Amino acid sequence: MTMLSKRTLLTALAALPAATLIPAAARAEIEVNVNRGDVQPLPIAVPAFGGGPAGGDIAGVIAANLQRSGLFRPLDPASFVERDLNAAVQPRFPAWKEINAQALVNGQVTVVAGRLQVDFRLWDVFAEQQLLGLQFASSPENWRRVAHKISDSVYERLTGEKGYFDTRVVFVAETGGRGGKTKRLAIMDQDGANPSYLTDGSAIIMTPRFSATSQELTYMELRPEGSKIYLLNLDTTRRESLGDFKGMVFAPRFSPDGGKVAFSVERGGNSDIFVMDLKNRTTARLTADPSIDTSPSFSPDGARIVFNSDRSGSPQLYVMAADGSNPRRLTFAAGRYTTPVWSPTGEFIAFTKQVGGEFHIGVMRADGTDERILTSSYLDEGPAWAPNGRVLMFSRETAGGASRLWSVDVTGRILQPMPYPGAGSDPAWSPLLN
Amino acid sequence: MVTIRLPGTALRLALAATAALSLAACAHKPPAYPTTAPVAPPQAAPEPPRAPTAAPRVEPVSQGALPGSEKDFVINVGDRVYFDFDSYSVRGDATPLLEAQAGWLKRYPAVQVRVEGNCDERGTREYNLALGARRANAVREYLVSHGVEAARISTVSFGKEKPFDVGSGDAADSHNRNARTSVIAGARMP
Repeated sequence: MTMLSKRTLLTALAALPAATLIPAAARAEIEVNVNRGDVQPLPIAVPAFGGGPAGGDIAGVIAANLQRSGLFRPLDPASFVERDLNAAVQPRFPAWKEINAQALVNGQVTVVAGRLQVDFRLWDVFAEQQLLGLQFASSPENWRRVAHKISDSVYERLTGEKGYFDTRVVFVAETGGRGGKTKRLAIMDQDGANPSYLTDGSAIIMTPRFSATSQELTYMELRPEGSKIYLLNLDTTRRESLGDFKGMVFAPRFSPDGGKVAFSVERGGNSDIFVMDLKNRTTARLTADPSIDTSPSFSPDGARIVFNSDRSGSPQLYVMAADGSNPRRLTFAAGRYTTPVWSPTGEFIAFTKQVGGEFHIGVMRADGTDERILTSSYLDEGPAWAPNGRVLMFSRETAGGASRLWSVDVTGRILQPMPYPGAGSDPAWSPLLN
Repeated sequence: MVTIRLPGTALRLALAATAALSLAACAHKPPAYPTTAPVAPPQAAPEPPRAPTAAPRVEPVSQGALPGSEKDFVINVGDRVYFDFDSYSVRGDATPLLEAQAGWLKRYPAVQVRVEGNCDERGTREYNLALGARRANAVREYLVSHGVEAARISTVSFGKEKPFDVGSGDAADSHNRNARTSVIAGARMP
């Protein structure tokens, strides 16, 4: 079997829009600015695709994705004037202008020899132009992934940035009361669909993280006898331990190339940061300080590591070179800073900040400036970046309540619970799927 | 109306997308993990069956705990000491109990213990694991400094994962900042 790389597909996608039907001079008038905090969501119409019930389902998933991004406002299908859309025919633009749809996504679903084939178009209604015309094919049970890929295409075409809809989220699914929680490793699509357990609940699972380059996870397992860090390949289902250490091991996270895992090792009550090269299984020590040193997270170029230490007397964030040299304190404001995570673009560091009785998710520039607090609650914790660096997922707990998964965009404007209805914690986002 | 045909690039892409998605479809199936029905929270171990003819208890022990048993340790010595917020210093009010633990452990030298460090929920998960490890180690060092062999004491941190008090608020938090000395081997069976 040959595997088409993500790069090939995305290159094709990127090359397509301008080259298709639109002369360069008449390019899209509409665009969505992802950087503005006061942005008005773009009104967009996503009528049911033709071709039976699957067409309606696909349009519904696309509309929900775009809505959750906060950058789009899917219009109520009941308001649509043109009802007999045909994907092979140009829409009647006045009918869509009338309801002030800035963009229109329509499409057609056909099943050919047992294969699902979905054609779709993205239209700039007021410029009366086609912005995208693509076809995806898949096995019929994969219709949600087709919808996510179309969502990503629309998002990318209108924002100029990669989407994050054809992704999965690994997290800890929680069941049972607070005194005896069962905490299992679980995975679902980013929109909460297709949740499934990956462990049996006999041990407490914590802090799963995706590799940015493969369908591989690292996570921590806690038993009364101690803890272990595991690697789990989702394609092969092969699971292996990083090995046995004398004390607790925790807080694993991959290097950007997936070749190393940084983590904390505790000995005699003191936690320091180590890194293991997964090829030859050698371990190097990066910190040697009597303080708590934990939660390492690599910069996307792999050159630096942001981490959490209480060497100043309270938990704060520090940056060091990836070999452990030149540690430098990043945070000086009042409050306790933990769980730093470098953004995929390298520009920001997300964190949890505790001030008095409140917990916050925040972001700052990678040099520690321009702190921006995005959320506030009894207990918000553990931000995880979407692969395009635009959205953070985290755990939120009310006093005495269950932990739930929430998301917030980097402007702090779009704060919402994730569609997954169960109790969960420690979310981590996959890279875009192939 | 204008009929729009897919350009050649899109057709090529369609083929490419087909290949990618069909492979992804193989990879996307949920892994064949042994998953089970929801597991019940751990229950307290049932009391071991009593001997058919219970000998009259002669030991001057409160509440009927057999000396040298786990129950004896928990009831008559105490298994848990408490800490201040974000602190792992053994508090003054904890030292009598830890001295009693050390005395009991010296009296029953076959007993092995595990000190479990715990934290309140007012901290993040990874930091709390590190903090719990400090608390467990502080108790271990105290016991060792009072004459208990180091090899008899292991440590673990549960962070904030196993709250002793399932409530929320200051009282629950103060209960949940603790280190528990757990008898894991060598105790007398009742």
